Amino acid sequence: MNDKKWIITGLVVFLIIVLFPFWYNRGKAVPPPEIKLTDKAKAAKECVLSKEYMKAEHMQILDLWREVVVREGQRIYTNPKGKSFVMSLSNTCLDCHSNKADFCDKCHNYASVRPYCWDCHIEPPKEKS
Amino acid sequence: MDTSRRRVLQLLGLSAAALSAPPVLDALAAGPPAAEPKIGTAKEALTAKQWAMVIDTRQFKKEDDVLPLIEACHKIHNVPKIDFKRWEIKWIWSTHFEHAFTGTTSTRFISEEIAHRPFLVLCNHCENPPCVRACPTKATFKRPSDGIVMMDFHRCIGCRFCMAACPFGARSFNYRDPRPFVKETNQLFPTRMKGVVEKCNFCNERLAEGKLPACVEASAGKLKFGDLFDEKSEVRELIKTNFTIRRKVNLGTEPAVYYIV
Repeated sequence: MNDKKWIITGLVVFLIIVLFPFWYNRGKAVPPPEIKLTDKAKAAKECVLSKEYMKAEHMQILDLWREVVVREGQRIYTNPKGKSFVMSLSNTCLDCHSNKADFCDKCHNYASVRPYCWDCHIEPPKEKS
Repeated sequence: MDTSRRRVLQLLGLSAAALSAPPVLDALAAGPPAAEPKIGTAKEALTAKQWAMVIDTRQFKKEDDVLPLIEACHKIHNVPKIDFKRWEIKWIWSTHFEHAFTGTTSTRFISEEIAHRPFLVLCNHCENPPCVRACPTKATFKRPSDGIVMMDFHRCIGCRFCMAACPFGARSFNYRDPRPFVKETNQLFPTRMKGVVEKCNFCNERLAEGKLPACVEASAGKLKFGDLFDEKSEVRELIKTNFTIRRKVNLGTEPAVYYIV
């Protein structure tokens, strides 16, 4: 039991190191990014499904689309409102949301997710806005 | 607490009344069934049981006759042009008779005209594809709807078992990031990334829009495309009325590309 002081010191040092990011960054919360919509997206009013769904679950629908298009060869998606879309990331999603940097990347960077879509799928050419 | 039988019955009655009130009922019942999203194909999509191609090689005399077809395919599919042979990517290319049909027919002392004729070769979309059996992730698979041997680039881990399994050398591996080698990118079609295998996809993306494959379209009738299992299809008619050969039939993969020699 003679090592008590070493153990306590060690624990304190450990806690300081582990908690360092928290106190170092306290009060400096990065504001969540604001999504910019293109004029085309604004004019369309609603995406494939409701805004709330798309915000939270767009990766689910993209996953479904990729599965269904590639593996089953079904390419047309008709939403509950009866509107049809060609299931294509580059040609349908990015047709409206052509501002990838402001629309996709901003949030993904904020949330530190790195989808690998763009290793293969082609970004729309930069538009002058 | 004493509860009389009468009290219990009263409570039960009250609960039943409360439950049957309209808002509660609405909440309990699912309400009108919400419309489900539907998934389907476009009306104009071309369908078949097993797509097949007939190449009339008599109409290809020299290399210049096949280049536009190769160009058409490689351009719309963003196939990189890499000159270094080991890194080369090809979906459709031309070769000599002796290379295309080794083991199929005798290639000794053949006519000079045939020996110099360019033979277009591509993925045969075999009825019994060995690459599909070799793939450990099912990234390559035979589409049950129309027999196209497809690649799911999302799933490919680049193990190259399929390349070893394919007896036709129809598959290429991306040793390099292909993007810098694609001169004009077709915005409508993705590229691939380093570390995946790729090959001809019988233009399934065009068939889905009711268009024939790019090489067939560019060939001005020298290539025919159709359903092998439809007796009345053009390809069946050609196979019936002409002598055709296929590559390495003795291996039993049942290639779906037929050559009129």
